[in-house]
Amino acid sequence: MSHIEFREVEVTYKTGLRALKGVNLTIPRGQFLVVVGLSGAGKSTLIRTVNNLVVPSKGSVHVGGVDVTAARGRQLRQARSDIGMIFQTFNLVKRSSVLRNVLSGRLGDVPGWRGVLGAFPREDVAYAHECLARVGIPEKAFVRADALSGGQQQRVGIARALAQKPSVMLADEPVASLDPPTSHAVMSDLKRIAREDGITTIVNLHFIDMAREYADRIIGMRDGLVVFDGTPEEATDKAFEEIYGRPIDREKDLRGA
Amino acid sequence: MAPEATTAVAVPRPPLVGRLRSLLTLGIVAAVVVVSFRQTDFDLLALFTGAADFWKFFGRLVPPLSEVGTDWGKYLPQLAKPLIETLQIAYVGTFFGTLLAMPLIFLASATTALDPVSMWVARVLLTILRSIPDLLWAAILVPILVVGPLPGAVALSLFSIGVLAKLGSETVEAIDPGPVEALRAAGAGRLATIIYAVVPQVAATMVSYILYVFEINVRASVIIGYVGAGGIGFTLQNRLNFFDYTGVGLIIVVIFAVVLVIDGLSVWARSRLI
Repeated sequence: MSHIEFREVEVTYKTGLRALKGVNLTIPRGQFLVVVGLSGAGKSTLIRTVNNLVVPSKGSVHVGGVDVTAARGRQLRQARSDIGMIFQTFNLVKRSSVLRNVLSGRLGDVPGWRGVLGAFPREDVAYAHECLARVGIPEKAFVRADALSGGQQQRVGIARALAQKPSVMLADEPVASLDPPTSHAVMSDLKRIAREDGITTIVNLHFIDMAREYADRIIGMRDGLVVFDGTPEEATDKAFEEIYGRPIDREKDLRGA
Repeated sequence: MAPEATTAVAVPRPPLVGRLRSLLTLGIVAAVVVVSFRQTDFDLLALFTGAADFWKFFGRLVPPLSEVGTDWGKYLPQLAKPLIETLQIAYVGTFFGTLLAMPLIFLASATTALDPVSMWVARVLLTILRSIPDLLWAAILVPILVVGPLPGAVALSLFSIGVLAKLGSETVEAIDPGPVEALRAAGAGRLATIIYAVVPQVAATMVSYILYVFEINVRASVIIGYVGAGGIGFTLQNRLNFFDYTGVGLIIVVIFAVVLVIDGLSVWARSRLI
Protein backbone atom coordinates (compact mmCIF):
# COMPACT_ATOMS: atom_id res chain seq x y z
CA MET A 1 0.00 0.00 0.00
CA SER A 2 1.42 3.30 -1.01
CA HIS A 3 2.21 5.67 1.84
CA ILE A 4 4.27 8.45 0.24
CA GLU A 5 3.88 9.49 -3.37
CA PHE A 6 5.93 11.99 -5.38
CA ARG A 7 4.13 13.16 -8.51
CA GLU A 8 6.25 14.98 -11.12
CA VAL A 9 8.00 16.95 -8.37
CA GLU A 10 10.16 19.84 -9.57
CA VAL A 11 12.00 22.34 -7.41
CA THR A 12 13.64 25.49 -8.75
CA TYR A 13 15.26 27.71 -6.11
CA LYS A 14 15.18 31.51 -6.24
CA THR A 15 18.82 31.40 -7.34
CA GLY A 16 17.65 29.65 -10.50
CA LEU A 17 19.12 26.31 -9.40
CA ARG A 18 16.97 23.40 -10.56
CA ALA A 19 17.34 20.98 -7.63
CA LEU A 20 14.65 18.49 -8.70
CA LYS A 21 13.72 17.97 -12.35
CA GLY A 22 10.58 15.84 -12.19
CA VAL A 23 10.66 13.05 -9.61
CA ASN A 24 8.09 10.24 -9.49
CA LEU A 25 8.27 7.83 -6.57
CA THR A 26 5.91 5.58 -4.69
CA ILE A 27 6.97 4.40 -1.23
CA PRO A 28 4.94 1.64 0.45
CA ARG A 29 4.05 1.82 4.14
CA GLY A 30 6.84 0.67 6.47
CA GLN A 31 9.59 0.71 3.85
CA PHE A 32 13.12 1.75 4.88
CA LEU A 33 14.28 3.74 1.86
CA VAL A 34 17.84 4.98 1.47
CA VAL A 35 18.57 7.78 -1.01
CA VAL A 36 22.15 7.98 -2.30
CA GLY A 37 23.92 10.49 -4.52
CA LEU A 38 26.69 13.07 -4.49
CA SER A 39 26.15 16.28 -2.59
CA GLY A 40 24.16 18.61 -4.81
CA ALA A 41 22.26 15.74 -6.44
CA GLY A 42 19.00 16.87 -4.80
CA LYS A 43 18.74 14.44 -1.85
CA SER A 44 18.15 17.12 0.81
CA THR A 45 15.65 18.92 -1.39
CA LEU A 46 13.76 15.69 -2.08
CA ILE A 47 13.44 14.83 1.61
CA ARG A 48 12.30 18.36 2.49
CA THR A 49 9.43 18.33 0.01
CA VAL A 50 7.84 15.53 2.08
CA ASN A 51 7.16 17.88 5.03
CA ASN A 52 6.94 20.98 2.83
CA LEU A 53 10.04 22.67 4.30
CA VAL A 54 10.85 23.04 0.61
CA VAL A 55 7.82 23.85 -1.53
CA PRO A 56 7.82 22.18 -4.97
CA SER A 57 7.59 24.58 -7.90
CA LYS A 58 5.65 21.94 -9.82
CA GLY A 59 4.01 18.63 -8.96
CA SER A 60 2.97 17.43 -5.51
CA VAL A 61 3.85 15.11 -2.65
CA HIS A 62 1.16 13.02 -0.94
CA VAL A 63 1.55 11.40 2.48
CA GLY A 64 -1.14 8.94 3.55
CA GLY A 65 -3.44 10.36 0.87
CA VAL A 66 -2.98 13.99 2.03
CA ASP A 67 -1.58 16.49 -0.47
CA VAL A 68 1.20 17.98 1.70
CA THR A 69 2.25 20.39 -1.05
CA ALA A 70 -1.15 22.08 -1.04
CA ALA A 71 -1.57 22.04 2.76
CA ARG A 72 -1.39 25.38 4.58
CA GLY A 73 -1.69 26.64 8.16
CA ARG A 74 -3.28 24.24 10.61
CA GLN A 75 -3.59 21.45 8.04
CA LEU A 76 0.14 21.67 7.25
CA ARG A 77 1.08 21.65 10.94
CA GLN A 78 -1.05 18.53 11.40
CA ALA A 79 0.62 16.82 8.45
CA ARG A 80 4.06 17.78 9.77
CA SER A 81 3.38 16.52 13.28
CA ASP A 82 2.92 13.05 11.70
CA ILE A 83 6.37 13.29 10.03
CA GLY A 84 9.48 13.10 12.23
CA MET A 85 12.77 14.51 10.98
CA ILE A 86 16.38 14.14 12.05
CA PHE A 87 19.29 16.21 10.77
CA GLN A 88 23.00 15.96 10.01
CA THR A 89 23.82 18.61 12.62
CA PHE A 90 21.17 17.28 15.06
CA ASN A 91 19.51 20.73 15.34
CA LEU A 92 18.99 20.48 19.09
CA VAL A 93 18.58 23.56 21.26
CA LYS A 94 21.98 23.24 22.93
CA ARG A 95 21.24 25.35 25.98
CA SER A 96 18.05 23.45 26.83
CA SER A 97 17.80 20.17 28.69
CA VAL A 98 17.54 16.90 26.79
CA LEU A 99 14.00 16.38 28.10
CA ARG A 100 12.87 19.82 26.92
CA ASN A 101 14.32 19.05 23.49
CA VAL A 102 12.43 15.76 23.31
CA LEU A 103 9.22 17.37 24.60
CA SER A 104 9.44 19.99 21.86
CA GLY A 105 8.58 17.12 19.50
CA ARG A 106 5.11 17.15 21.11
CA LEU A 107 4.51 20.83 20.19
CA GLY A 108 2.69 19.93 16.98
CA ASP A 109 0.09 17.90 18.88
CA VAL A 110 -0.54 19.66 22.19
CA PRO A 111 -2.80 22.73 22.33
CA GLY A 112 -0.89 25.97 21.70
CA TRP A 113 -1.22 27.36 25.24
CA ARG A 114 0.24 24.19 26.76
CA GLY A 115 3.30 24.48 24.56
CA VAL A 116 3.75 28.19 25.28
CA LEU A 117 3.47 27.67 29.06
CA GLY A 118 5.47 24.43 28.99
CA ALA A 119 2.48 22.72 30.64
CA PHE A 120 2.74 19.37 28.88
CA PRO A 121 0.23 16.68 29.94
CA ARG A 122 1.70 14.15 32.35
CA GLU A 123 1.44 11.33 29.81
CA ASP A 124 3.43 13.39 27.28
CA VAL A 125 6.27 13.85 29.77
CA ALA A 126 6.19 10.14 30.53
CA TYR A 127 6.25 9.39 26.80
CA ALA A 128 9.27 11.68 26.31
CA HIS A 129 11.15 9.67 28.96
CA GLU A 130 10.06 6.47 27.20
CA CYS A 131 11.47 7.77 23.89
CA LEU A 132 14.80 8.49 25.57
CA ALA A 133 14.81 4.97 27.00
CA ARG A 134 14.20 3.53 23.52
CA VAL A 135 17.31 5.25 22.13
CA GLY A 136 19.30 4.04 25.12
CA ILE A 137 19.93 7.26 27.08
CA PRO A 138 17.16 7.42 29.76
CA GLU A 139 19.63 8.82 32.32
CA LYS A 140 20.39 11.95 30.23
CA ALA A 141 16.91 13.55 30.55
CA PHE A 142 17.98 16.45 32.78
CA VAL A 143 21.39 17.07 31.22
CA ARG A 144 21.92 20.07 28.96
CA ALA A 145 21.99 18.98 25.30
CA ASP A 146 25.43 20.51 24.62
CA ALA A 147 26.96 18.31 27.33
CA LEU A 148 26.35 15.18 25.23
CA SER A 149 28.59 13.49 22.65
CA GLY A 150 27.66 13.63 18.95
CA GLY A 151 26.17 10.14 18.98
CA GLN A 152 24.12 10.91 22.08
CA GLN A 153 22.92 14.18 20.55
CA GLN A 154 21.70 12.36 17.44
CA ARG A 155 19.87 9.90 19.72
CA VAL A 156 18.12 12.89 21.32
CA GLY A 157 17.26 13.97 17.78
CA ILE A 158 15.70 10.57 17.13
CA ALA A 159 13.86 10.69 20.48
CA ARG A 160 12.47 14.15 19.63
CA ALA A 161 11.18 12.83 16.30
CA LEU A 162 9.77 9.72 18.01
CA ALA A 163 7.93 11.90 20.53
CA GLN A 164 5.77 13.04 17.60
CA LYS A 165 4.47 9.45 17.29
CA PRO A 166 5.12 9.76 13.55
CA SER A 167 4.14 7.43 10.74
CA VAL A 168 6.93 8.84 8.56
CA MET A 169 10.57 9.49 9.51
CA LEU A 170 12.91 11.66 7.42
CA ALA A 171 16.65 11.54 8.07
CA ASP A 172 18.93 13.97 6.23
CA GLU A 173 22.49 12.61 6.36
CA PRO A 174 21.95 11.50 9.99
CA VAL A 175 25.43 10.04 10.49
CA ALA A 176 27.63 12.31 8.37
CA SER A 177 28.92 14.13 11.49
CA LEU A 178 29.64 10.91 13.43
CA ASP A 179 32.55 8.46 13.54
CA PRO A 180 32.13 5.01 11.91
CA PRO A 181 31.22 2.90 15.00
CA THR A 182 28.77 5.55 16.26
CA SER A 183 27.30 5.83 12.74
CA HIS A 184 26.48 2.13 12.75
CA ALA A 185 25.00 2.26 16.25
CA VAL A 186 22.74 5.19 15.31
CA MET A 187 21.67 3.58 12.00
CA SER A 188 20.77 0.29 13.73
CA ASP A 189 18.73 2.20 16.32
CA LEU A 190 16.91 4.02 13.54
CA LYS A 191 16.25 0.80 11.62
CA ARG A 192 15.13 -1.13 14.73
CA ILE A 193 12.65 1.56 15.78
CA ALA A 194 11.32 1.92 12.23
CA ARG A 195 10.69 -1.85 12.18
CA GLU A 196 9.08 -1.97 15.62
CA ASP A 197 6.71 0.93 14.96
CA GLY A 198 6.17 0.29 11.25
CA ILE A 199 7.46 3.80 10.39
CA THR A 200 8.03 4.59 6.72
CA THR A 201 11.57 5.98 6.63
CA ILE A 202 13.56 7.98 4.07
CA VAL A 203 17.29 8.30 4.85
CA ASN A 204 19.81 10.30 2.84
CA LEU A 205 23.17 8.62 2.96
CA HIS A 206 26.41 9.02 1.14
CA PHE A 207 28.15 5.79 2.16
CA ILE A 208 27.65 2.83 -0.17
CA ASP A 209 28.27 0.09 2.38
CA MET A 210 25.83 1.57 4.91
CA ALA A 211 23.16 2.02 2.26
CA ARG A 212 23.46 -1.66 1.34
CA GLU A 213 23.46 -2.79 4.94
CA TYR A 214 20.35 -0.98 6.19
CA ALA A 215 18.11 -0.27 3.17
CA ASP A 216 15.05 -2.21 2.06
CA ARG A 217 15.33 -0.26 -1.16
CA ILE A 218 17.90 2.12 -2.61
CA ILE A 219 17.20 5.19 -4.75
CA GLY A 220 20.09 6.81 -6.62
CA MET A 221 19.94 10.49 -7.52
CA ARG A 222 22.05 12.51 -9.89
CA ASP A 223 21.50 16.09 -11.01
CA GLY A 224 17.93 16.32 -9.73
CA LEU A 225 16.71 13.04 -11.20
CA VAL A 226 16.19 9.49 -9.92
CA VAL A 227 18.72 7.42 -11.88
CA PHE A 228 18.58 4.19 -9.90
CA ASP A 229 15.79 2.36 -8.09
CA GLY A 230 16.38 -1.14 -6.80
CA THR A 231 17.12 -3.57 -3.98
CA PRO A 232 20.44 -3.50 -2.07
CA GLU A 233 21.46 -6.61 -4.04
CA GLU A 234 20.90 -4.79 -7.32
CA ALA A 235 22.96 -1.80 -6.12
CA THR A 236 26.29 -3.17 -7.32
CA ASP A 237 29.55 -1.23 -7.41
CA LYS A 238 28.87 -0.66 -11.09
CA ALA A 239 25.41 0.77 -10.30
CA PHE A 240 26.97 3.18 -7.78
CA GLU A 241 29.60 4.27 -10.27
CA GLU A 242 26.78 5.19 -12.61
CA ILE A 243 24.92 7.11 -9.87
CA TYR A 244 28.04 9.00 -8.82
CA GLY A 245 29.24 9.43 -12.41
CA ARG A 246 32.78 8.43 -11.37
CA PRO A 247 34.72 5.42 -10.01
CA ILE A 248 34.10 4.49 -6.36
CA ASP A 249 36.52 6.15 -3.96
CA ARG A 250 37.23 3.68 -1.10
CA GLU A 251 38.17 6.55 1.22
CA LYS A 252 35.19 8.80 0.61
CA ASP A 253 32.36 6.46 -0.32
CA LEU A 254 32.76 3.68 2.25
CA ARG A 255 32.20 4.09 5.96
CA GLY A 256 33.42 0.67 7.15
CA ALA A 257 32.84 -0.29 10.77
CA MET B 1 69.10 27.88 3.46
CA ALA B 2 69.11 27.83 -0.30
CA PRO B 3 70.40 31.18 -1.62
CA GLU B 4 68.48 30.92 -4.91
CA ALA B 5 65.18 30.88 -2.98
CA THR B 6 65.75 34.39 -1.64
CA THR B 7 66.51 35.79 -5.10
CA ALA B 8 63.67 33.94 -6.84
CA VAL B 9 60.83 34.89 -4.47
CA ALA B 10 59.79 38.52 -4.71
CA VAL B 11 57.71 39.83 -1.82
CA PRO B 12 54.23 40.49 -3.28
CA ARG B 13 53.05 44.06 -2.87
CA PRO B 14 49.41 44.81 -2.02
CA PRO B 15 47.39 45.93 -5.03
CA LEU B 16 47.63 49.63 -5.88
CA VAL B 17 43.86 50.16 -5.63
CA GLY B 18 43.84 48.92 -2.01
CA ARG B 19 46.70 51.24 -1.00
CA LEU B 20 45.08 54.24 -2.68
CA ARG B 21 41.81 53.53 -0.92
CA SER B 22 43.39 53.48 2.56
CA LEU B 23 45.22 56.72 1.73
CA LEU B 24 41.97 58.33 0.59
CA THR B 25 40.17 57.19 3.79
CA LEU B 26 42.93 58.71 5.93
CA GLY B 27 42.72 61.96 3.97
CA ILE B 28 38.94 62.23 4.43
CA VAL B 29 39.15 61.58 8.19
CA ALA B 30 41.87 64.24 8.54
CA ALA B 31 39.91 66.77 6.48
CA VAL B 32 36.73 66.26 8.57
CA VAL B 33 38.72 66.75 11.80
CA VAL B 34 40.29 70.00 10.55
CA VAL B 35 36.98 71.44 9.30
CA SER B 36 35.19 70.46 12.54
CA PHE B 37 37.88 72.12 14.67
CA ARG B 38 37.45 75.37 12.77
CA GLN B 39 33.65 75.32 12.79
CA THR B 40 33.46 74.72 16.55
CA ASP B 41 36.21 77.24 17.37
CA PHE B 42 37.99 74.42 19.14
CA ASP B 43 41.01 76.09 20.69
CA LEU B 44 43.63 74.07 22.49
CA LEU B 45 45.09 77.31 23.88
CA ALA B 46 41.82 78.20 25.62
CA LEU B 47 42.07 74.99 27.60
CA PHE B 48 45.21 76.36 29.21
CA THR B 49 44.26 80.05 29.55
CA GLY B 50 40.87 79.02 30.98
CA ALA B 51 42.47 76.67 33.46
CA ALA B 52 42.68 79.34 36.16
CA ASP B 53 38.91 80.01 36.03
CA PHE B 54 38.28 76.30 36.03
CA TRP B 55 40.22 75.77 39.25
CA LYS B 56 38.52 78.81 40.85
CA PHE B 57 35.07 77.34 40.10
CA PHE B 58 36.20 73.90 41.13
CA GLY B 59 37.38 75.34 44.46
CA ARG B 60 33.93 76.76 45.17
CA LEU B 61 32.34 73.32 44.79
CA VAL B 62 34.15 72.07 47.88
CA PRO B 63 33.47 73.66 51.26
CA PRO B 64 36.46 74.65 53.46
CA LEU B 65 37.95 71.54 55.02
CA SER B 66 36.86 72.56 58.53
CA GLU B 67 33.23 72.80 57.37
CA VAL B 68 33.04 69.63 55.21
CA GLY B 69 31.51 67.68 58.10
CA THR B 70 28.82 70.24 58.92
CA ASP B 71 28.06 71.47 55.37
CA TRP B 72 28.12 68.20 53.36
CA GLY B 73 27.24 66.06 56.37
CA LYS B 74 24.02 67.97 56.88
CA TYR B 75 23.09 68.05 53.18
CA LEU B 76 23.87 64.39 52.36
CA PRO B 77 20.72 62.82 53.93
CA GLN B 78 18.53 65.21 51.92
CA LEU B 79 19.97 63.73 48.70
CA ALA B 80 18.82 60.20 49.50
CA LYS B 81 15.28 60.76 48.25
CA PRO B 82 16.09 62.32 44.83
CA LEU B 83 18.90 59.80 44.37
CA ILE B 84 16.59 56.85 44.95
CA GLU B 85 14.09 58.52 42.62
CA THR B 86 16.77 58.67 39.90
CA LEU B 87 17.49 54.96 40.26
CA GLN B 88 13.76 54.20 40.23
CA ILE B 89 13.29 56.21 37.03
CA ALA B 90 16.10 54.22 35.42
CA TYR B 91 14.67 50.95 36.75
CA VAL B 92 11.09 51.60 35.65
CA GLY B 93 12.32 52.89 32.28
CA THR B 94 14.41 49.76 31.70
CA PHE B 95 11.59 47.49 32.90
CA PHE B 96 8.88 48.85 30.59
CA GLY B 97 11.39 49.33 27.78
CA THR B 98 12.26 45.63 28.00
CA LEU B 99 8.63 44.54 28.22
CA LEU B 100 7.58 46.54 25.16
CA ALA B 101 10.73 45.63 23.22
CA MET B 102 9.98 41.88 23.46
CA PRO B 103 7.31 41.63 20.73
CA LEU B 104 9.19 44.13 18.56
CA ILE B 105 12.37 42.02 18.70
CA PHE B 106 10.61 39.13 16.97
CA LEU B 107 8.55 41.32 14.61
CA ALA B 108 11.67 43.15 13.40
CA SER B 109 13.91 40.11 12.98
CA ALA B 110 13.99 38.42 9.58
CA THR B 111 14.19 35.02 11.30
CA THR B 112 10.89 35.38 13.16
CA ALA B 113 8.96 38.14 11.33
CA LEU B 114 5.33 37.49 10.38
CA ASP B 115 5.64 39.01 6.90
CA PRO B 116 7.83 41.57 5.10
CA VAL B 117 5.35 44.43 5.65
CA SER B 118 5.06 44.17 9.45
CA MET B 119 8.82 43.63 9.67
CA TRP B 120 9.41 46.85 7.77
CA VAL B 121 6.90 48.76 9.93
CA ALA B 122 8.56 47.49 13.12
CA ARG B 123 12.01 48.46 11.87
CA VAL B 124 10.94 51.96 10.88
CA LEU B 125 9.29 52.41 14.29
CA LEU B 126 12.50 51.33 16.03
CA THR B 127 14.60 53.69 13.92
CA ILE B 128 12.33 56.58 14.88
CA LEU B 129 12.47 55.64 18.58
CA ARG B 130 16.27 55.50 18.52
CA SER B 131 16.81 58.63 16.44
CA ILE B 132 15.15 60.80 19.10
CA PRO B 133 17.60 61.17 22.04
CA ASP B 134 16.24 60.49 25.54
CA LEU B 135 16.88 64.11 26.55
CA LEU B 136 14.61 65.28 23.74
CA TRP B 137 11.93 62.72 24.72
CA ALA B 138 12.05 64.12 28.26
CA ALA B 139 11.81 67.71 27.04
CA ILE B 140 8.76 66.79 24.94
CA LEU B 141 7.11 64.76 27.71
CA VAL B 142 7.63 67.09 30.70
CA PRO B 143 5.06 69.67 29.49
CA ILE B 144 2.62 66.87 28.63
CA LEU B 145 2.96 64.76 31.78
CA VAL B 146 3.84 67.49 34.32
CA VAL B 147 7.22 67.96 36.00
CA GLY B 148 8.34 64.91 37.97
CA PRO B 149 9.63 61.38 37.64
CA LEU B 150 6.82 60.14 35.32
CA PRO B 151 7.98 61.86 32.10
CA GLY B 152 11.52 60.72 32.93
CA ALA B 153 10.51 57.08 33.20
CA VAL B 154 8.44 57.27 30.00
CA ALA B 155 11.30 58.97 28.11
CA LEU B 156 13.75 56.26 29.16
CA SER B 157 11.23 53.50 28.29
CA LEU B 158 10.84 54.83 24.77
CA PHE B 159 14.57 55.08 24.20
CA SER B 160 15.18 51.64 25.78
CA ILE B 161 12.62 50.01 23.46
CA GLY B 162 14.49 51.35 20.44
CA VAL B 163 17.90 50.19 21.62
CA LEU B 164 16.88 46.79 23.05
CA ALA B 165 14.66 45.79 20.14
CA LYS B 166 17.38 46.73 17.66
CA LEU B 167 20.11 44.78 19.50
CA GLY B 168 17.67 41.93 20.19
CA SER B 169 16.50 41.49 16.61
CA GLU B 170 20.12 41.43 15.43
CA THR B 171 20.90 38.77 18.04
CA VAL B 172 17.92 36.71 16.87
CA GLU B 173 19.13 36.93 13.27
CA ALA B 174 22.51 35.50 14.30
CA ILE B 175 21.20 32.32 15.99
CA ASP B 176 21.69 28.79 14.72
CA PRO B 177 18.64 28.30 12.45
CA GLY B 178 18.78 24.49 12.81
CA PRO B 179 16.51 24.17 15.87
CA VAL B 180 13.99 26.54 14.26
CA GLU B 181 13.85 24.32 11.18
CA ALA B 182 13.52 21.23 13.40
CA LEU B 183 10.50 22.63 15.25
CA ARG B 184 8.86 23.83 12.05
CA ALA B 185 9.32 20.31 10.72
CA ALA B 186 7.65 18.96 13.87
CA GLY B 187 4.56 21.08 13.22
CA ALA B 188 5.11 23.50 16.13
CA GLY B 189 3.29 26.85 16.00
CA ARG B 190 5.07 30.16 15.49
CA LEU B 191 4.99 31.29 19.14
CA ALA B 192 6.03 27.86 20.43
CA THR B 193 8.92 27.80 17.93
CA ILE B 194 10.12 31.19 19.22
CA ILE B 195 9.87 30.11 22.86
CA TYR B 196 11.54 26.72 22.41
CA ALA B 197 14.10 27.30 19.64
CA VAL B 198 14.90 31.04 19.67
CA VAL B 199 14.59 32.29 23.26
CA PRO B 200 17.05 29.80 24.82
CA GLN B 201 19.64 30.82 22.24
CA VAL B 202 19.37 34.57 22.91
CA ALA B 203 18.38 34.75 26.60
CA ALA B 204 21.87 35.20 28.11
CA THR B 205 22.87 37.85 25.56
CA MET B 206 19.58 39.69 26.06
CA VAL B 207 19.95 39.82 29.86
CA SER B 208 23.41 41.24 29.31
CA TYR B 209 21.99 43.92 26.98
CA ILE B 210 19.24 44.76 29.49
CA LEU B 211 21.83 45.31 32.24
CA TYR B 212 23.84 47.49 29.87
CA VAL B 213 20.77 49.57 29.01
CA PHE B 214 20.07 49.93 32.75
CA GLU B 215 23.61 51.30 33.18
CA ILE B 216 23.00 53.82 30.40
CA ASN B 217 19.59 54.71 31.86
CA VAL B 218 21.06 55.49 35.31
CA ARG B 219 23.37 58.06 33.72
CA ALA B 220 20.64 59.32 31.39
CA SER B 221 18.13 59.73 34.23
CA VAL B 222 20.52 62.15 35.95
CA ILE B 223 20.69 64.24 32.78
CA ILE B 224 16.99 64.23 31.93
CA GLY B 225 16.24 65.32 35.50
CA TYR B 226 17.80 68.57 34.43
CA VAL B 227 14.86 69.36 32.10
CA GLY B 228 12.36 68.70 34.88
CA ALA B 229 11.97 64.95 34.71
CA GLY B 230 12.59 64.36 38.42
CA GLY B 231 15.40 62.70 40.30
CA ILE B 232 18.75 64.06 41.37
CA GLY B 233 19.28 65.91 38.07
CA PHE B 234 16.33 68.09 39.03
CA THR B 235 17.93 68.76 42.44
CA LEU B 236 21.22 69.59 40.73
CA GLN B 237 19.59 72.20 38.53
CA ASN B 238 17.81 73.60 41.56
CA ARG B 239 21.08 74.00 43.53
CA LEU B 240 22.78 75.68 40.55
CA ASN B 241 19.92 78.20 40.30
CA PHE B 242 20.47 79.10 43.97
CA PHE B 243 24.24 79.40 43.46
CA ASP B 244 24.67 76.69 46.12
CA TYR B 245 28.00 75.52 44.77
CA THR B 246 29.00 73.28 47.68
CA GLY B 247 25.62 71.55 47.28
CA VAL B 248 26.38 71.08 43.57
CA GLY B 249 29.80 69.69 44.52
CA LEU B 250 28.31 67.09 46.84
CA ILE B 251 25.73 66.04 44.22
CA ILE B 252 28.52 65.53 41.67
CA VAL B 253 30.48 63.37 44.11
CA VAL B 254 27.39 61.30 44.98
CA ILE B 255 26.40 60.79 41.33
CA PHE B 256 29.95 59.77 40.51
CA ALA B 257 29.98 57.22 43.33
CA VAL B 258 26.58 55.73 42.47
CA VAL B 259 27.26 55.47 38.72
CA LEU B 260 30.59 53.81 39.50
CA VAL B 261 28.94 51.23 41.78
CA ILE B 262 26.11 50.46 39.33
CA ASP B 263 28.55 50.14 36.42
CA GLY B 264 30.76 47.83 38.47
CA LEU B 265 27.84 45.62 39.51
CA SER B 266 26.49 45.48 35.97
CA VAL B 267 29.87 44.62 34.44
CA TRP B 268 30.31 41.90 37.07
CA ALA B 269 26.82 40.47 36.43
CA ARG B 270 27.33 40.50 32.67
CA SER B 271 30.70 38.80 32.90
CA ARG B 272 29.04 35.95 34.75
CA LEU B 273 26.37 35.53 32.07
CA ILE B 274 28.32 34.75 28.94
